[in-house]
Amino acid sequence: MATTTVKTETFVGKRIRRREDPRLITGTATYVEDIQMPGMHYAVIVRSPHAAARIRSINTKQAEAAPGVVSIFTGKDTKGVGAVPCGVVMPDLRVPQHTILATDRVYFVGHPVAVVVARDRYLARDAADLIEVDYEALPAVADPEKALAKGAPAVHPQWPDNVAFTYHQDGGNVDKAFAEADVVVKQRITSQRLVPMAMETRGVVAEWRGADRQLNLYTSTQIPHLVRTLVAGMLGLEENRMRVIAPEVGGGFGSKLNVYAEEALMGYVSMKIQKPVKWIESRRENFTCTIHGRGHVDYYEVAAKRDGTILGIKLKLIQDVGAYHQLLTPLIPQLSVLMMPGIYNTQNIRADIVGVFTNCVPTDAYRGAGRPEATHGIERMVDLLAAELKMDPAEIRFKNFVTKDNFPYATATGLTYDSGDYAAPLKKALDLVGYVKLRQEQADARKQGKYMGIGISTYGEICAIGPSPATPAGGWESATVKIEPSGKVTIMTGTCPHGQGEETTFAQIAADELGVGLDDILVIRGDTAVVQYGIGTFGSRATAVGGTALYYALQDLKAKVKKFGAMLLESEDVSLVGGQVIDNKSGKSKSFQEIAGAAYRALKLPPNTEPGLMATRFWEPPNFTFPFGAHIVVTDIDGETGQIKIRRYVAVDDCGNILNPLIVDGQVHGGVAQGLGQALWEQAVYDDNGQLITGELMDYAVPRAHLMPWIESHHTCTPSPVNPLGVKGVGEAGTIGCSPAVVNSVVDALSPLGVRHIDMPLTPEKIWKILAAKN
Amino acid sequence: MNINLTINGKSYSQDVEPRLLLIHFLRDVAGLTGTHMGCETSLCGACTVELNGKAIKSCSMFTVQANGADIVTIEGLATNGRLDPMQEAFWNEHGLQCGFCTPGMIMASKQILYRNPSPTEDEIRHGLEGNVCRCTGYQHIVNAVKAAAAGAGK
Repeated sequence: MATTTVKTETFVGKRIRRREDPRLITGTATYVEDIQMPGMHYAVIVRSPHAAARIRSINTKQAEAAPGVVSIFTGKDTKGVGAVPCGVVMPDLRVPQHTILATDRVYFVGHPVAVVVARDRYLARDAADLIEVDYEALPAVADPEKALAKGAPAVHPQWPDNVAFTYHQDGGNVDKAFAEADVVVKQRITSQRLVPMAMETRGVVAEWRGADRQLNLYTSTQIPHLVRTLVAGMLGLEENRMRVIAPEVGGGFGSKLNVYAEEALMGYVSMKIQKPVKWIESRRENFTCTIHGRGHVDYYEVAAKRDGTILGIKLKLIQDVGAYHQLLTPLIPQLSVLMMPGIYNTQNIRADIVGVFTNCVPTDAYRGAGRPEATHGIERMVDLLAAELKMDPAEIRFKNFVTKDNFPYATATGLTYDSGDYAAPLKKALDLVGYVKLRQEQADARKQGKYMGIGISTYGEICAIGPSPATPAGGWESATVKIEPSGKVTIMTGTCPHGQGEETTFAQIAADELGVGLDDILVIRGDTAVVQYGIGTFGSRATAVGGTALYYALQDLKAKVKKFGAMLLESEDVSLVGGQVIDNKSGKSKSFQEIAGAAYRALKLPPNTEPGLMATRFWEPPNFTFPFGAHIVVTDIDGETGQIKIRRYVAVDDCGNILNPLIVDGQVHGGVAQGLGQALWEQAVYDDNGQLITGELMDYAVPRAHLMPWIESHHTCTPSPVNPLGVKGVGEAGTIGCSPAVVNSVVDALSPLGVRHIDMPLTPEKIWKILAAKN
Repeated sequence: MNINLTINGKSYSQDVEPRLLLIHFLRDVAGLTGTHMGCETSLCGACTVELNGKAIKSCSMFTVQANGADIVTIEGLATNGRLDPMQEAFWNEHGLQCGFCTPGMIMASKQILYRNPSPTEDEIRHGLEGNVCRCTGYQHIVNAVKAAAAGAGK
């Protein structure tokens, strides 16, 4: 029998390489597309080329006769399947019926119309081309502001104003604040539509076992349990007859925090053909049919005193919804409103959201989900205010920060910030970048006609999502820890990591608590038949909420281990150290194997104690956590070409305690890359007919290695009091802190020309046009 | 069409449809699923393999075009259970998160060092231009290639 390692070495806080990596670097991991089954068939989905059209007829005859084709299904066949769910409940929310295949009308380019099932993927694709859909094209609208204008085409005929929902929030007395202000700055700020573009597209394998009434659904998702509950409901299948497995998941960034038509559709197909079926999204489909992020037009007003004190903020937020609500669509702009004041001490806010239907793919959560938009808005406005008052952008921030003696801090939007020291990361970042010297250099550069910019953003964000009352589906998380009869430790987490490294960090937590080695521990996730119900991985929650559930399960388990140890040692005074229970008086000890053996053999039991060593906890967080930080970006702009060169990128992030600095660095780098993508290059562009003209990697510019600056990543540490680990979350910080720092830097560089604001992305063409117009 | 090729030292002689993409031969016929399809248009590099010593994108090559070729995939790098130094470097430097781009990224990184055993950071970054990673921001990948280069020079 293998022995459990006895360790006094601790693991939390160390740069430990990841335990999930061996399978990933050897090409032996199993993603959805890697799954093969006997008798497996392949599905290809026929999609609308029109943004708005009536379907007159669908002719499938030729396709049915094509080689290898087994079945073709259209909207007529799938009428009995439930609608794709929107998980958000709010007053006056208009929810269009979102059938899994279009019936009489299509609402966006890529709308699924039919599915072809064949015994081979090439044959399925061939047959899909033979399906004839007779469309009557209708006028479409792809821009949310145009959709709100009188006379715009109605996306859904029953709602001619295209309003999907409205939301209003007031805090304090905003009218008084604006009446008393010395200065009011106003700006329209957009946060463009983005394509999440996980490297692995979506994919589903559905395997119906008719005799067992059992549907196994392998899907690339961040939320396997929620997919099971909701897709079983759509299919009219008992939830306990469905097993959802998220195998290796190749990135999500929010795009797989959803329930998609194709997940139910493949379940339906497999049940009909009584065979396993596989559908793998093409990259083109991924661009046109998987949710997009952002899609804001924001009208900001900030009122302030002449000394720079912010008195109040107003925001009119136009959210491009797309044609439907996906799982969380209407919730995302509400997160923006919650973050509206940023980390500044103002109690007067007013926000009005209008969600607008357009003939585009729905928007939903994409890395940061509402918080990057809000941070971009407030951080741009603070710079505009500083420019108006001729103040230094660092100084105006120091002046308005919630100070560190004010925590917990209740915001005007109803949040309670847990802990913070907002000046600390900004001070550190200013020192690291050499701010004073840089400003001198900038003054000299300007005399020579050079464009050099220094941009600051100081952000706060909402992580560890979240307390259940604040979420549509429960905001708790679960963990089970077992000590097996041999003494080895198995963890089952309700989170669903897909790159974030919890197979390592959760093992670090457990190893330290139990005093065993990392190799003694296995972390299992992503299978509803194995793991107790869980919520999943999103909103920088996995460690702060799921890790805490694990921590408490470990405490329960340790108590039970000590009981068995005390029984075996015939002592009442024992402690658990280094993987063994020690009698504090005699110094005698029992190993995990001895204790586990006794607990499962159960010849004798401690009083009021059941056999076995297993503990499960469902942990409900009392609050969100609120990480924060400061990013500073130094840019040089080529006056001839408009090319932006990032000379320095300094990030100082405070995410509370850090369990594994190597992993945290990786999260920051990746987050910054996605923030830079939005700031400089990425934009999902629909033309006036609703065609996505950036529908491929050829036209949509994601960050590549040679475009990225070196990121100088640093930290301050303010532990969260919300959980015993003191962690806050770091998955989205880089993205949230980044884009305003970049735009502030470029605007700063061009400010001698009178430039106040530029909307993202800051392409060289856009900058060149500004330079050409001003010079 | 009948084709003959070698993958990771093993010979294959097979009748294939002329239109069968090389990546589908690797994945579906040879059962080597470590090579991933990321974009189908040769823009993301997830499908990068080595063909006669050169890194190529297997999503935009027909199997018949590879007739007679000697191919190495990610599965062919480790020998007798020992990781290739580039694999080891990606692991040590945290050069991956979700792992989907990683096989192609490792194959492309090896190619950089074949051509230039001690590349500068800038040369590494330009060498990786054809491979997209959405998770890491590339910094740890750059570190991994540097570390592998330094290790090979020892």
